[in-house]
Amino acid sequence: MSNREHSIFVCQGTGCISSGAEQVFASLGKEIVRLGLEGKVRVKRTGCHGFCQQGPLVTLEPYGILYTNVQPDDATDICQSLLAQGKPITRLLYRDPTTGNPVPYYRNIPFYQKQERIVLRHCGKIDPENIGDYTATGGYQALRKALLSMKPEEVIDEVKRSGLRGLGGAGFPTGQKWEVCATASGNEKYVVCNGDEGDPGAFQDRAVMEADPHAIIEGMIIAAYAIGARRGFIYVRAEYPLAVNRLKIGITQARKEGFLGRNILGTSFDFDIEVFQGAGAFVCGESTALVRSIEGDRGWPKPLPRPRTAEAGLWGFPTLLNNVKTFANIPIIITYGSQWFASRGTASSKGTAIFSLTGKVVNCGLIEVLMGTTLGEIIFGIGGGIRDGKAFKAVQTGGPSGGCLPASLLDLQIDFDSLTAAGSMMGSGGMVVMDEDTCMVDVARYFLDFTQRESCGQCFPCRVGTKQMLEILDDITKGRGKPEDTELLLELSTAVADTSLCALGQTAPNPVLTTIRYFHDEYEAHINEKRCPAGVCQSLAKGGGC
Amino acid sequence: MDELAEEFLREILSFYQGHKSELIPILLEIQNNFGYLPKEAILLVSNFINVPKGHIYSVASFYTRLRLLPLGRHRVTVCRGTACHIRGAPQILKEIENVLGIKEGETSSDLEYTLDTVACIGCCALAPCLTVDGKVHGAMNTDKVKKIFEASSVKGKHEQ
Repeated sequence: MSNREHSIFVCQGTGCISSGAEQVFASLGKEIVRLGLEGKVRVKRTGCHGFCQQGPLVTLEPYGILYTNVQPDDATDICQSLLAQGKPITRLLYRDPTTGNPVPYYRNIPFYQKQERIVLRHCGKIDPENIGDYTATGGYQALRKALLSMKPEEVIDEVKRSGLRGLGGAGFPTGQKWEVCATASGNEKYVVCNGDEGDPGAFQDRAVMEADPHAIIEGMIIAAYAIGARRGFIYVRAEYPLAVNRLKIGITQARKEGFLGRNILGTSFDFDIEVFQGAGAFVCGESTALVRSIEGDRGWPKPLPRPRTAEAGLWGFPTLLNNVKTFANIPIIITYGSQWFASRGTASSKGTAIFSLTGKVVNCGLIEVLMGTTLGEIIFGIGGGIRDGKAFKAVQTGGPSGGCLPASLLDLQIDFDSLTAAGSMMGSGGMVVMDEDTCMVDVARYFLDFTQRESCGQCFPCRVGTKQMLEILDDITKGRGKPEDTELLLELSTAVADTSLCALGQTAPNPVLTTIRYFHDEYEAHINEKRCPAGVCQSLAKGGGC
Repeated sequence: MDELAEEFLREILSFYQGHKSELIPILLEIQNNFGYLPKEAILLVSNFINVPKGHIYSVASFYTRLRLLPLGRHRVTVCRGTACHIRGAPQILKEIENVLGIKEGETSSDLEYTLDTVACIGCCALAPCLTVDGKVHGAMNTDKVKKIFEASSVKGKHEQ
């Protein structure tokens, strides 16, 4: 064996754990002891490596070998292969779906090859429960740089110049938000990380929280220094217990190292973070609802006109609220500089976009691409195309606030503005691929069912409007559709979008609007011919194509 | 509520300071230990953080994780996320409803199972998926559903 350190990384993301990764981790640990390799080979847990569908995943470093679908019994063979200078075990390798050939190194697998991993650079490579792993890769150097050599205004300027836009969905310029918060008056200021990832079909924030908690914590500390906050919260949804656990471990370790608490890095700057667990309400992803939830109230969004959360948020004080991925970008921007960051992406959207690529695509998982990558490159390049040789029909981005885009838009270069112009939105990063067996009317019905359940009920257009729209869509999918229904849906959509109190209602019609715009023939088949071309709607005749 | 339970509740509260912003964390902790929010607990919390009982009911009825009625010993949660939906979650739910004889949102009369759905558990790459007592089961089909509920793992836990 060479002197270079040998490590076996076992993915312990929620996806791989559900496929049995904890047993694989335990079994590898035992095998190392049995072979007397302690001190020579390290078995490490990591967060999500991204290729969840092929889990449990094991990587061998420094070789860069990826093993897929690993079982506890494979531990002996894996250790033997390490002893044999990293000779790959063919049966555990990923196989190229077109050629059937095994691919030993993950850098050669198209799923990884075509990505640009900036925010996800640590995911699957470090132990998220060990701060030493993070600092060994340059972690907390950005904090040092910001605190010891930059004034708060300089930090804000750097973030502004980077062109970073909020990755929670709306894409508001991050530096501008920081500036508003920094200049707002208030005795106290707060920094809040929004980890209330509620979009169905999205798990990228969960993956970052589970795989690289210190990047988020470091980003938040830098933000607190820039705006002058002393207290921060990470709001995590209740369904993500592993993320909560790893963030708490991260915070405790950061305190011990003097990155959190009093007199951080020997300066006069104090800051600390608490994890706040949500209790199951999609609307709490909205800034004013999230604030109310932390304050101990129902998560009811506040009506306009109202001051922005950056000016008056928690307990009426200026509160900086950014998404998980936005904070995770900050250490990179401070370390490499705004120019480095701004040179990536498109004219209006800098850096990368992170998606949970799922649905009827061959390779499902967590991906990161430069802004400006086309939908086709993602779905067919990284995703490997559609499963079972079926035909692509649509791709859904932006969750319940987004829309379904057809094959004619596969060349669309994704960024905040192009997706919005197409009737969808970037959203938090869900990307669900649909094939010929997916019924677009059923998809619209599905999303309206979701928004109608999750509507907080405070304002009339959202509470009643989404219910009305759902009833019409229900009728159409059950063969009771009337010719005037699509017109009525469009009319209701305008009313709900224009008059709802918060973004939940304002964007709820998007799935309906885009399916009517791009898949009008499917609505006609359902309504006029009482036929579901995809064969999903049970009450209707199947097939016939569109 | 017996004395022991009340003592336990007081112990839970002793880790908090009584700020209103602790309301949701406190309710979640009680929920995690008792399986639901007993009436007596709501009264105690109301006194502890000095807010009316009505406010606590208003909050408890708003958030789906908070429950005012006892739940089954085993909690089955079917994901109805987008990826799960287009890969057959509605059929999975139907199958579980058949196997357990209860509908979504219901608890079996022997208090053995509670069946719920959740917006998304974030295991979209393994769709369709569900959780039983917090453990995620991915790539489900109707045969696998039958196996889970025949399997000793679920029943065994109850016998312990």
